[in-house]
Amino acid sequence: MTVNDTEQPDEVLDCLGQRCPLPVIALARRLPQLPVGAVVRVLADDPAAAVDIPAWCRMRGQEFLGVTTVDGSPGYTVRRTG
Amino acid sequence: MVVTSVYLDSATAAPLHPVARQALLAALDDGWADPAKLYSQARRARQLLDAARAATAEVLGVRPDEISFTSSGTAAAHAAVLGGLAGHRRAGDTLVHSAIEHSAVLYAAQWHTAAGGRAVSVPVDRLGRLDLEAWSAAVSAPGVGLASLISASHEVGTVQPVAAAAAACAEAGVPLYVDAAQSIPHTPAQELAGWSTLSASAHKWGGPPGVGLLVVRKGTRWTPPYPHDEREAGRAPGAPNLPAIVAAAAALRAVAADAAVESARLSALVDRIRAAVPATVPDVEMVGDPVARLPHLVTFSCLYVDGEALLHALDRRGFAVSSGSSCTSSTLRPSHVLEAMGVLSHGNVRVSLHRDTTEAEVKRFLAELPGVVADLRAEAGVVGL
Repeated sequence: MTVNDTEQPDEVLDCLGQRCPLPVIALARRLPQLPVGAVVRVLADDPAAAVDIPAWCRMRGQEFLGVTTVDGSPGYTVRRTG
Repeated sequence: MVVTSVYLDSATAAPLHPVARQALLAALDDGWADPAKLYSQARRARQLLDAARAATAEVLGVRPDEISFTSSGTAAAHAAVLGGLAGHRRAGDTLVHSAIEHSAVLYAAQWHTAAGGRAVSVPVDRLGRLDLEAWSAAVSAPGVGLASLISASHEVGTVQPVAAAAAACAEAGVPLYVDAAQSIPHTPAQELAGWSTLSASAHKWGGPPGVGLLVVRKGTRWTPPYPHDEREAGRAPGAPNLPAIVAAAAALRAVAADAAVESARLSALVDRIRAAVPATVPDVEMVGDPVARLPHLVTFSCLYVDGEALLHALDRRGFAVSSGSSCTSSTLRPSHVLEAMGVLSHGNVRVSLHRDTTEAEVKRFLAELPGVVADLRAEAGVVGL
């Protein structure tokens, strides 16, 4: 899954070097502070983020847009839908 | 405060069955000689080994000469995969396996591909059920030498459609290896129909560690993936650990005798856990198939909770459980099973019950878990997220 390149995130959360569940917690803290429709990209190199960020989106009813590579690290893009 | 310990990790190793303990002690006195030799001590050892094999065969519903005792369940899995592939080299060098096999099978697959062979992983759905359509397509592709399917997930408990998967293999003319380590004795081996090779592990059913079963049905080609040794039908090199084998067979016979009653009892306790945890712990994902599941095993993940911290907190209160979270693994990767299912991997707990597990222990676990999780969330400052 890759995100459309024209979809620029409104905000980037740098969670590189953080172990799960910290990247998910960072996303859960920030996303509700942004307006509905806002797009956040979480940079996270912990392999668990690849599973846990999409799972969090599913549990919280947010939209997981995909994963993209940013400077060699995975970036997980999420849109606030509610 | 004295903490009473509650052991809830039988999927790793069940406590030694009292019958196994008795048999082990007796066999240490009586079964230390090499059963292959030609003197009276050896003949006594041979009798014990033959009896253990016959008892095991009877429980599994197979012929005694189809069973080889290995040095562990892992050794049996390696032998089943690599010996099965070696025996069907002419048919092809592709191993088809589910994405949720035990790591012993996946490491054997890695060994096979490192040697130039091929491996195809078949996905599962969100509940951990094999994608049968993808499986059928994979086994009927050209060049498949062996297919490998775990009978039920050791991490999430989801029972796999072994009979249907076996039918697809039969149609394609591909032998099927079934890793039944978690299913025996809860599921009678006869219900796992259609396999050519099967493996199991004694310490999952209350036998001692260090005994595995490799069952190769008559007519199945299997070539040793290691140097020749005449013991155990040429399938398990080295002197068999006879006292442990005798104990394993005694335990298997004992647990098989009341497997139906015991499985029903444990399954009711698991139902209680499956109902109580999401009702009392906020933001929990129950993992695995709620219906087509092993009777004794249940897995769930707690949002925003560090799996390692959760295991330690439970251990301090006397509860021994397991986890598929990455922070609890030596590789710092999340469990490949949770990954394949696409379910939350952090804050993961696997609870597996056994014959000594009481209703009171489960009640105590369910009473203490919500507070343990709440404390960890409060410490991490994630309440209300």
